[in-house]
Amino acid sequence: MIYLDNNATTPLHPKVKEKIIDFLDNYGNPSSQHELGRKVRQMVEEARKNVADFLNCDPEEIIFTAGGSEANNTVIKGATSCCAFCSVSNTHIITSAIEHPSVMNTLKCLEQQNVEVTYLPVDKYGLVNPKDVRDAIRKETVLITIMYANNEIGTIQPIEEITKIANENNIPIHTDAVQAIGKIPVDLKKINIDYLSLSGHKIYGPKGIGVLFRRKGTKSLCPLISGGHQENSMRAGTENTIGIVGIGEAIKQLNLEMNSEVKKIKYLRDKLESGLKKNISNISVNGQTEKRLPGVLNVSFNDIEGESILLRLDMHGIAVSTGSACSSGSLEPSYVITALGVPAEQAHSSIRFSLGRENTEEDIDKTIIAVEETVDFLRKISAI
Amino acid sequence: MNDTNWNYSDKVKEHFFNPKNVLKVSEEEYNADGVGENGSPVCGDLMRIYIKVKDNKIYDMRWKTFGCASAIGSTSMLSVMVTENGGMELEEAMKIKPDDIIKKLGGLPPNKIHCSVLGDKALRAAIKDYYRNSDQTDKINTEKESRIVCHCLNVTEDEIKMEVLEGVKDFDTLQKRTKVSTACGKCEPEVRELLDKYVKKYYIKDIYTGE
Repeated sequence: MIYLDNNATTPLHPKVKEKIIDFLDNYGNPSSQHELGRKVRQMVEEARKNVADFLNCDPEEIIFTAGGSEANNTVIKGATSCCAFCSVSNTHIITSAIEHPSVMNTLKCLEQQNVEVTYLPVDKYGLVNPKDVRDAIRKETVLITIMYANNEIGTIQPIEEITKIANENNIPIHTDAVQAIGKIPVDLKKINIDYLSLSGHKIYGPKGIGVLFRRKGTKSLCPLISGGHQENSMRAGTENTIGIVGIGEAIKQLNLEMNSEVKKIKYLRDKLESGLKKNISNISVNGQTEKRLPGVLNVSFNDIEGESILLRLDMHGIAVSTGSACSSGSLEPSYVITALGVPAEQAHSSIRFSLGRENTEEDIDKTIIAVEETVDFLRKISAI
Repeated sequence: MNDTNWNYSDKVKEHFFNPKNVLKVSEEEYNADGVGENGSPVCGDLMRIYIKVKDNKIYDMRWKTFGCASAIGSTSMLSVMVTENGGMELEEAMKIKPDDIIKKLGGLPPNKIHCSVLGDKALRAAIKDYYRNSDQTDKINTEKESRIVCHCLNVTEDEIKMEVLEGVKDFDTLQKRTKVSTACGKCEPEVRELLDKYVKKYYIKDIYTGE
């Protein structure tokens, strides 16, 4: 299997797997005061410190959640409510048109409760204009939430500039950094973001674990899950200790390997991009900009449909994803691709290749050949 | 692929990976007796069907399709249905319904039915084209109009059914897409009933296998 769907999820880092296996017998509850509990508490706190060191923040600012979606929900719902079910109306949130569904659908839900939302447009590369953020600010604005980097096209937003604007106007700023972490440096001392979300399984850690960073001194958020005092009373429920130990190790490995891995991944992505462009006519790269994650390549193979490409590549043992309506189960093609101004028929033809640490030069060579063959086959039977 | 968790049946898989009766020569060279088209690239599916007719039978059918696996698989299956055993009579071929193709394919996921099973419509268009080309326009029956449910905005029962097949399951979405019952609103109870009827019909299981 040639796995080119690392933005969907990643395989466990071998060191993470090892760490989890070694940990499995430690069943103690970290809240217990006896030895079993204390031992696990120590391991949870080590993991928290790994995350904090990597992001350059304080361990107290790290809240473990069940994933990126939960972290996003916690901030967005928390910013507009005293609790998740009693939202304060007449508030306003600024976001972009290409956020992850866990942001989009949370905002859509709040709109039903009289929260107003401004969805900022993006340019043909998928970039938000910081000036648009400034112009959208109102006195009711309670949150700006803009993703660090996009999952489908990889575009990296000007988060530093946007953060400055938010800080100047005293508006809390949140960024969904699920795709950015581990691929580009994120330093929370240099950039004054208030809230940040990340996910374990996108960085070679386990599924079901994520992190919400909440800067000290920012507005306290009403937890989505109430109960015990775990995670500084921000996230009740006995900790997912296996997940926490796993994500702690995954982040430790990022600290060691990120720079060299990213270089390799970018080299392979560029090789894939130039190989496809050279061998296949009538294709276009969606969101092609220098400000792009190193492992992401989103291409429209015009005149053929994405799900067909995906399934035929699957037959070759190559895993990718598509922005076509057909495979998403929804009625429309990807809203991210169409937000770039790409016509719907071209969005139906889009394929996302997302590379990871396990990919090799040979994978890329084989992929270029398989894609060429697939596109040729499907174009021959296409009615366009 | 040896995995058994494929979204599609083995028949779809077979016809998608090894499509039958694709038009491999140019249109000029093939010189069809009738050509028909259905769908739109904007919606993600477009198919064109070419037929050759002799003694009132379709003895050859070729096709080209832009679309997903079930669009390609269903057109390929249709081409086999129409041409096997010496060819189908035109009157029979005119009567083929999406359900007939779906049954032969061993079922399809419900949200794939309307968007991808367009072959029967393209085939009817090709047959009508043949009738026009051969001076038999008297044989082109104007299809029975579907019953209008919303008289203010001219929405038919067929349209509501098609919306459900595209994945609409609630009244608000249906209204947003068709504007149904947005004027006088009298038809709303009936529209809700029809919506409920078709949702129950098509979405009771993950795979719709035809009536």
